[in-house]
Amino acid sequence: MSYQPNDVQRRGRIATGLLFVVFLFLIGSFFRTQILQHSQYTLQSEENRLREVPVPAPRGIIYDRRGAVIAENVPGYSVSLLSPREDSLHAALRRLSGTVPMSEEQVDAVLRRYRRNPNRPAVIFPDASFDLVSVLEEHRVELPGLIIQATSRRHYPDGPAVAALVGYTGEINEIELGALAVQGYKAGQQIGKAGIEKQYEKRLRGREGVRFVEVDARNRVVREAGARQDISPDPAQPLYTNIDLDLQKFIVGIFGDSLQGGAVALEPRTGEVLALHSAPSYDPNRFIGGIPLEYWLQLQSDPRRPLLNKAIQGMYPPGSTWKLASAVIALQEGVAKLSDYMPTPCTGGMQFGNRYFKCHDKRGHGSITLGEAIEKSCDVYFYQLGLKIGLSRLVAGGIALGSRERSGIDLPAESRPLFPTTPVADYYNRKFGVRGWNQSNSLNLVIGQGENAQTVVNMARLYTALATDGDAAQPSVVRSTPHHTRLYQLDSAQLAGVRGALAGVVSRGTAAASRIQGIVLAGKTGTAQSGPKTGDHAWFVGFAPADDPKIVVAVMLEFGGHGTRAARIASKIIEHYLKVSAQQFLQTEGP
Amino acid sequence: MRARQVMDWPLAVLAIALSAFGVAMVFSAGQTDVPTPVAHLWQNQLLWLSIGLFAAWLATRASVRFLDWAATPAYVATCVVLVLLLFVGKGAGTAAGTKSWLAIGGVRLGQPSELAKIAVVLMLAKVLASYKQAPRSLLELWRPAAVVGLPWLLIMLQPDLGTGIVFIGIFFAMLFWSGVSWPLLVMVASPAISLLLASEPLRWGAWFFFLIGLVLWYKPYIAEGVAVVTLNVITGLAATVLWDRLNPYQQRRLLVFLDPSTDPLRSGYHVLQSQVAIGSGGWLGKGFTLGSQKRLAFLPAQHTDFIFPVVGEELGFVGVTIALILFYFLFTRCVRIASRSADPFSSLVAFGLVAIWVVHVFVNVGMTLNLLPVTGIPLPFFSYGGSFMLACWLGMGMQLRVSAEGRGRADSLVI
Repeated sequence: MSYQPNDVQRRGRIATGLLFVVFLFLIGSFFRTQILQHSQYTLQSEENRLREVPVPAPRGIIYDRRGAVIAENVPGYSVSLLSPREDSLHAALRRLSGTVPMSEEQVDAVLRRYRRNPNRPAVIFPDASFDLVSVLEEHRVELPGLIIQATSRRHYPDGPAVAALVGYTGEINEIELGALAVQGYKAGQQIGKAGIEKQYEKRLRGREGVRFVEVDARNRVVREAGARQDISPDPAQPLYTNIDLDLQKFIVGIFGDSLQGGAVALEPRTGEVLALHSAPSYDPNRFIGGIPLEYWLQLQSDPRRPLLNKAIQGMYPPGSTWKLASAVIALQEGVAKLSDYMPTPCTGGMQFGNRYFKCHDKRGHGSITLGEAIEKSCDVYFYQLGLKIGLSRLVAGGIALGSRERSGIDLPAESRPLFPTTPVADYYNRKFGVRGWNQSNSLNLVIGQGENAQTVVNMARLYTALATDGDAAQPSVVRSTPHHTRLYQLDSAQLAGVRGALAGVVSRGTAAASRIQGIVLAGKTGTAQSGPKTGDHAWFVGFAPADDPKIVVAVMLEFGGHGTRAARIASKIIEHYLKVSAQQFLQTEGP
Repeated sequence: MRARQVMDWPLAVLAIALSAFGVAMVFSAGQTDVPTPVAHLWQNQLLWLSIGLFAAWLATRASVRFLDWAATPAYVATCVVLVLLLFVGKGAGTAAGTKSWLAIGGVRLGQPSELAKIAVVLMLAKVLASYKQAPRSLLELWRPAAVVGLPWLLIMLQPDLGTGIVFIGIFFAMLFWSGVSWPLLVMVASPAISLLLASEPLRWGAWFFFLIGLVLWYKPYIAEGVAVVTLNVITGLAATVLWDRLNPYQQRRLLVFLDPSTDPLRSGYHVLQSQVAIGSGGWLGKGFTLGSQKRLAFLPAQHTDFIFPVVGEELGFVGVTIALILFYFLFTRCVRIASRSADPFSSLVAFGLVAIWVVHVFVNVGMTLNLLPVTGIPLPFFSYGGSFMLACWLGMGMQLRVSAEGRGRADSLVI
C-alpha cells in the first residue's frame, strides 16, 4: 500500500468525514422518527397494546305504577375471547371445547361475532354461570385472550306473568345490526327483542363503557386494569310504567294454565294499561343469554301458541261485543234511537232473502227497543238495524270507530285489525266477486261476524270511549301524557243511554251472572264463531263503575265457549281492582 | 509491559462503556410481561463479556508481528472451518434457516463467521501491505479479491447475507485505506451497482453513461475497460434472471425493504414494530425496562438483531444519541489509530477491524429504522451472542495493541 504519511492522513480525514456524515444521517433519521413522528408511533404503540373490552351498561329497571319491580338486573358473567386472527380463534375454541362442551351452533355464533368486529373480544358465553367461570379461570393459561367480565344480567322476578308486557332481551342479530349500526350498536350487544324491552330500547339501553386491557403480541391479556383510564358505563334511567303488578298477577292467576286467551285492563280516562296478559305465557328469564334450543322448539310447536301475544297480536271476530259499535253508528246516523222498535219482532230468527237468520235465543225476544236489544243481545233487532243503516254506512262508521286502526298501545308488533274498506262495493267485489255478496252481508257485520277481526286491546279502546264522554284514550304502558281521540259523535244523553243499556247487560242481561255487589258494572259479552270446527271465542268487554268508570277490561278466551265465561273472569278482575266483593248471579244469555 | 504502559485508555473506556450499555440493554430485553428464556441471558452476556475481555487482554499481549505471522494459518483454518460448516452447520436463533452454527455433539459452540471476519481482515492486510504501490489496475486486485472472495462465497452458501455484506464492506474499506483510487473502486463495484439499478432502465442508463465517462477519464487498460463495461451490460440485463434465482425469503426481504407495509405480519412486521418502538420513545423514552413494545413481545429478536429499538423505546432520542455518539468516538479513535500506526500491516488491521464494526452498526441501526433491508446482523457490543461479543473484544484487543505500537503514541492519548 502507499504509506506516505500525508496520504494516510488524508485518507484518515476522508474516513472521519464519511463517519461524521453517516452518523449525522443516522441521528437525523432518529430525530425524524422519535421526535417529528412521535405522536403517530405512540398511537400505533397504544393500539398495539390496548384492547377495548366493552362494559355493557345496566339496562333501566322497569317499575310498575306503585314501584314494584317488573324487570331488574342481577349480577352475571360474560366470557369472551380476544384473537388476532380467525384461525387462532378457531384453535382457542378447540382448546376451550376440551374443557367446556360447545355445540356447533355456539362455535359458529362466536365466529360470526368475531367476523363482525375482530377488534372486539368475541363473546363466547354471553351469560356464563359461576361454575363455568370457575372452570375457565383454572384454564386461563391455555386460553391467552380469555376475558371474563362481571356484567348485569336481565331478570324478571315474575317471569311468565309479565312476559306479554315486558318481552325479553337477547343478543343483537345481523338484521338488527344492519338497521341499528348507525345508532352505535355493535355485535354481541344485548337488545330488547319484544315487549317493553323492545319498545323502549332507547331509554332502557344506557351507554356502554370501555375497559382497557393490555395485551401482548400474541393477544394474551397481561394486565386487566390500569392500562388506561377506563370509561365507566352509563346506566339507563329507570322506566316507570302504568302497570298494576298486583292486578297483573291476579289476572295471570285467574287464567292459570288451563285458559287460553288475552286480557287487557285500561284506565278509561288516561288510557293507562293496568294489566295485559296473554295465556299461555312463556318464561322470559329463560330467553336471557340465548334461548335454549329445546325450550324454543317446545314453544314453537305448542298448538296454543304461547309466543303469540293474544292481547295485541291475536285477531278474533268480536261477536256481540261489536253490537256497541253498531248501536253507536245507528245513533250517530240517526237511524234509530235507543227507544225505537224494529218492524219485525224477534221470534227467534228472521227470514232475509232465501236465508233464515237465527237469533241466539230460539224463544225470541219479542218486540223490543234498541236499549233492550243491546241488553239482551237480540240478533234479530240488530239484523234489521243493520239493514236500516246499510252496508256502506256500517263499514264507514266502523272505520270511523277505529276498527281498521291499531290501538296505538306502546308495545311492538301490534296487529292491525281486519275490517272492510270503503268504497264497500270495491271491497266486497274484490273479496267475493261482483255477484257474490248482497245486503245480507250487513246482517253478519252488524253482529260482529263476517269480515271483522279485532285485537283484544283495540276492543278495550273502543269501550274506553263509552266509559268516558266519547273520547278514546290511546293505551299506554309507560307513563306519558294521555292522548285522546274523539271516537263517538254522540251527546251525553245518548252516551248515558248506551251506558245504561250496557249496565243492564250485567244486571239483567247476558252477563247477569257477573254482577258485583255494590258496583254497577257495564259491558257486553260476545260469543264469536271462530270457524266451522273449532269452538267459539268467548268475549267480554266492559267497565265499572258504570256511572264513574275506573277500569275498562277486555277479556277474550280462545275457543272459550260462551261469552259469559269471559264476563265472569272480567268481573273478577274488576272486583279485585275495585276491592269489592262480588255477588254472583247466574243467568245465561246469547252471544 | 510495553502495551500496558501506553494503554489507549480513551478507546478502552469507550469500548467498555458501550459493552456496559449493551449488557444493560440485554438485561432490559429480558424484562417482558410474559417471561421468556431471554430473561436470564444477560448473565450469559456478562460471562461472554468477561471472556471477551480476557481474549482482548491476550490479544494486547500478542505483538502485531505475531498477528502478521498468524494471518495465513488463521485464514486457512477459517476457510477449512467454513467448508466444514457447509456440511455440519446448524441453524439457530435469528439465523435458524442457515448453516451458520458450529455444533459438536449437539452443543452449539458459536458462529465461526464472526471470527472469520477478523481472519479475513488480517489476511487482507497482509496481502495489501505487501504491495509497494497501491494497485492501479483491476488485474492487480485479483489477490485481495481472492482473499475475500473465497470465504465470502462459503458464507453466502450458508447462506448468510448479512455477513456477506460485511465482507464486501471490509474489502472496499481496506482497498480504500491501501490507497486504491476511488474510480477504480467504483469500477470494481460497478457490476453490482448495475445489478441494483437494473429494474429501472432510466436510472441504469444514467449510471451507465457515468460509468463510460469514468472509464474514459481513468483510462484503464483497454481490456479492463471493455471488461467493466461488458460486465455492467450483462448484470444490468441479467438482473431480472438473477432476481428469479433468489430465495423467496430473500426476495421478500428486499421487497419488504422497499415497502414494509406490504407484508405487515411477516418480515415487514419486524421493521414496522421496530419503528413503532423507536418512534414511541420520544425524547426520553418510556423508561429503562419499561418499553411496552418490548415488554409485550411486539418487538422481534429484541435481545439480538433488534436490540437498538429497545434503546430507542426505553431511553428515547437522548439514549439513542448517546449510544451513537459513543460509537462515533470509538470509530474515529480507531481511524486515528490506523492513520498513526507504525507500519502498513498494522494500519490496515486497525482500519479493517473498525470497518467490520462500522458496517455492523450502520446495517443494523439502518435496518431498525427501515433505512436498509433486514439482513439480520448484530449490533457490536450490544446484541446478545457469545461468539460475536468474543470477536468484538478480540478485535478490540488487537486495536489496542496496534495503538500501543503505533507512532505518535504520546498524542494518541488525547482525542
